[in-house]
Amino acid sequence: MYSIAVMGDRDSVAGFGALGLETRFTDEPRETMKTFRQLASSGRYAVIYITEKAAAMISDEIEKYNEAMLPAVILIPGVSGNTGMGIAGVKKSVEKAVGSDIIFND
Amino acid sequence: MAMTQVNPTRMELTRQKSKLVTAIRGHKLLKDKRDELMRRFLDLVRLNKQLREEVEEGIRAANRRFVLAAAVMNDPALKTALLAPKQSVSVSVAAKNVMSVDIPVMDYKTGSPGEGDIFSYGFAFTSGDLDDAVRSLNDIFPKLLKLAECEKSCRLMADEIEKTRRRVNALEHVMIPEYQRQIKYITMKLDENERSTQIRLMKVKDMMIKENIEQKRAKMA
Repeated sequence: MYSIAVMGDRDSVAGFGALGLETRFTDEPRETMKTFRQLASSGRYAVIYITEKAAAMISDEIEKYNEAMLPAVILIPGVSGNTGMGIAGVKKSVEKAVGSDIIFND
Repeated sequence: MAMTQVNPTRMELTRQKSKLVTAIRGHKLLKDKRDELMRRFLDLVRLNKQLREEVEEGIRAANRRFVLAAAVMNDPALKTALLAPKQSVSVSVAAKNVMSVDIPVMDYKTGSPGEGDIFSYGFAFTSGDLDDAVRSLNDIFPKLLKLAECEKSCRLMADEIEKTRRRVNALEHVMIPEYQRQIKYITMKLDENERSTQIRLMKVKDMMIKENIEQKRAKMA
């Protein structure tokens, strides 16, 4: 049995706490990196939702977990708005697989 | 391209031929695998796109309400309201093998006291906007989990497709032509050897006949 974690700035993430997901509040890069490493390497979490803003700080670290089946690191928009990073990730995998973007060009 | 030198022998020829057969079969199989993976990937990625749009919209709506709630309520009250969740969520993950890619299949269980009873606070001291925010997050939650499953699968499959495509290309454009070239080289060399042996034998025969004739002539004279 696995849990689900949500990390990012307090305003974006606090609401998920009410649903029973584990929340971690982080603001600055060092702290974000530390928290993310802890969550990802613990093996207790199937999914880690992270705000786009926080993910932008540690994108290299996130990429390391792309090939593993767990945890799934999923970007969500934060309270400050949608940066389009999440959808860009999907776009990237299409480009990787197909060679060119055939889904999002409309 | 670096050419590996092979011995022009019959044994080597047989070996190269069997390698070529294996390479061609492998190429066909991998090509089929790539096509099937691609078909599934495209279905999945369309779903992924749709889910992501819905989830992002849902979270945006929830966040808007949450900001409203935060504006109306004071900070400590908001924090305490969300401090102790009533509901707990656990996920079980199984692996599903799609064309040798292990993709996760997630199933979640919520341990909540009652259906729809997700509010971890009394209603007396909290804003109605907070209720809306929590409710809309709760509504989007199944999709959020589906998105996680779908997006992870997409990423894993994209990796596998890339790998398979490289293998297919390597076989098609490097390995198979190389084997064909070597087989051709060996056959040519063997044929050439055979011809030269034949000619040598013919020459020797000629010489022997000539000698014979000359001996006979000498005897007659």
